[in-house]
Amino acid sequence: MKMNRRTLLCNAVKLAVVGAVGANLSKAYASAEDAMKKIGEFAGGAAPTEGRISLKAPEIAENGNTVPISFEVDSPMTEDDFVESVMIVAEGNPLPGVATFHFSSASGTCRASTRMRLAKTQRVVAIAKMNDGSVFTDARDIKVTIGGCGG
Amino acid sequence: MAAKPRLKVPKSAAAGEVITIKSLISHKMESGQRKDKKTGDLIPRKIINKFSCEFNGKPVFSCDIDPAISANPYLEFTARIDEAGTFKFTWVDDDGTVIEAEKDIALS
Repeated sequence: MKMNRRTLLCNAVKLAVVGAVGANLSKAYASAEDAMKKIGEFAGGAAPTEGRISLKAPEIAENGNTVPISFEVDSPMTEDDFVESVMIVAEGNPLPGVATFHFSSASGTCRASTRMRLAKTQRVVAIAKMNDGSVFTDARDIKVTIGGCGG
Repeated sequence: MAAKPRLKVPKSAAAGEVITIKSLISHKMESGQRKDKKTGDLIPRKIINKFSCEFNGKPVFSCDIDPAISANPYLEFTARIDEAGTFKFTWVDDDGTVIEAEKDIALS
């Protein structure tokens, strides 16, 4: 292969990009693993299925310090059939846990909203646990322009 | 600093109606991740770690809060009203301070 100045420069850039992406991925992966562990503990062995819960969040969050987020779970919320708790997990934050909401039949509906911090662009997962032990999940990717965990 | 909560609860509701409650409390929610810019030391965590809402002594809604909740934590949730009564709201700080507030609701 003929190596001139241009290809050399080009390859150097490629290497740098691969390196940067690789480092970034491995960091995100460790945190995603923590998040998976947290989800597993919360689900208590049940396999989460998609549906019934819908998570609402902006596609692009300009300020990671306050990202509005809300969710709603499709449930009659009666004495025998209600949502016990909902956990929000941010896979790319230094600590994956965001909040755990506990509901009761007196809640009427299973709906809540709050504002959260996001360190960087990442995936946010909501997991709902019903009183019969079944677990439902939904996730959103949120782009963050300015991270919200300070430096 | 004693934080003063702000609450939005309707004054009255029909029996069986589901109402929306909004709550906000002034709090820095120091995450424990930030560093002091001068010394480089970590600023210790100090957040509201628990919020709960009771109606006539029965639990309606509660929330375990992690440092990823924004400063001045805002929570919006719902409650079904079957009788007139009093809502009791409680916020628990990391340092053990408990902030309480109450709101009455009548049947219409």
